Amino acid sequence: MIPRYQTILFFVLLAASIIMGALLWQLRNREHQRLLQGEQTTPTKAPEVAKAEQATLMVANDSDDSLSTRALSLPLPPSPGERARAILGRLLDLYAASDAAHPVPGGAASIAQVFLLPVPTAGSASGAASQTENNPPAAEMAVVNFNGSFASNHPSGIETESLTVLSICATLHANFPRITEVRFLVDGQEHETLAGHADLTRTYLTTEALPAQGAAQ
Amino acid sequence: MLIACFAAMASVSAAAQAPAAPTPRFVVVLDAAHGGTDSGGHSGSWTEKSFTLALSVRLRSLLTARGISVVTTRESDATLLTERRTEIANHANAQACLDLHASLSGQGIHLFASSLAPAAPARFEPWRTAQAASITHSLALAGVLNAALQHASMSVTLGRTALPAVDSMTCPAVAVEIAPEATGARPQGESATDSLNDPAYQARVAEALAAALVEWRAEAGHLGGSQP
Repeated sequence: MIPRYQTILFFVLLAASIIMGALLWQLRNREHQRLLQGEQTTPTKAPEVAKAEQATLMVANDSDDSLSTRALSLPLPPSPGERARAILGRLLDLYAASDAAHPVPGGAASIAQVFLLPVPTAGSASGAASQTENNPPAAEMAVVNFNGSFASNHPSGIETESLTVLSICATLHANFPRITEVRFLVDGQEHETLAGHADLTRTYLTTEALPAQGAAQ
Repeated sequence: MLIACFAAMASVSAAAQAPAAPTPRFVVVLDAAHGGTDSGGHSGSWTEKSFTLALSVRLRSLLTARGISVVTTRESDATLLTERRTEIANHANAQACLDLHASLSGQGIHLFASSLAPAAPARFEPWRTAQAASITHSLALAGVLNAALQHASMSVTLGRTALPAVDSMTCPAVAVEIAPEATGARPQGESATDSLNDPAYQARVAEALAAALVEWRAEAGHLGGSQP
């Protein structure tokens, strides 16, 4: 015969177990809901792609020593220096193609940086002094920094080196009319020539690269 | 009276001893680009420095045979600084300076005059832009070379560029770059290097350049100046 107090104790413990199980189940569900609410379930935001814009390339041709205009649309970053680098990169990609009329290995990776600097005017010691957000400099100098491998792998010759230099100058001027002067560096240093001929120690005026007055005659 | 007599005698003596106006000496400077440690362009065993030296030697022979005085900047595979080349050319007081180059890129003959803007001659020319005073004559020389090369059925491109050696020369100066013959003009399958190594092509180029310089000498004589 089971004593009465043991029967009562059994049912009390049974009820407590059921209540605790129900409570545990409820807490588990609540926690699960809380975790679900904290998780970001919205789709990942797509990366921003720069808007495609019109750019003009002055493409060199070795067979007739000429520069020809080619307009194309390509995504360009907002920063002027980065835009210039992207445009010149596209130009050098054309030259790196197997069927290029002006073959030069390297492609877009050949240009490390392009810096745009105000050209000092007669009235100011530094062009930057008179430059403001709403009053951009009247004339700018582009400093194009090539990777060393570009200079060392560039085909040697007066014509081919001059065409590379002039097409870069003309392309910069076509897309950034304020650029009037261009200087070239190789690995951040002044370099005597591009590949033994074209002088890289001087400042090139973009007007020299215009087809009517430059090498392309 | 005695002084007047001496003066008269001196003037008569001077007139008797004064030589006839000397015929201006026509001098051509040939600058074989690169040399020594500077090979210039190269592909396999072909080097620009050897090509330009061979062309310079060949052209010197042709010009000397035509009675033209020739000054060369180098006669061997020697390293020569740009300043030294220019120094030799400027000391020669030449009527024509040819800066000889070669390239495996492009085709035909490329003629380049300095891209400097013309400037009036001055007593002391800035070293890096000395060519500015002679640029008009250099363009005329390029025109004569162009005509002679085209007469020899060669494809020619004319251009202007910045070359330190040419920019510092005070003579009428043109950079002549020999590239392989146009694809249609050379035998099928002949590579660019083979074309430049072709002795017949080299001979035609040298003959055409020599003919052009003879023509230039005639123009110099016609114009009556040491530098036309």
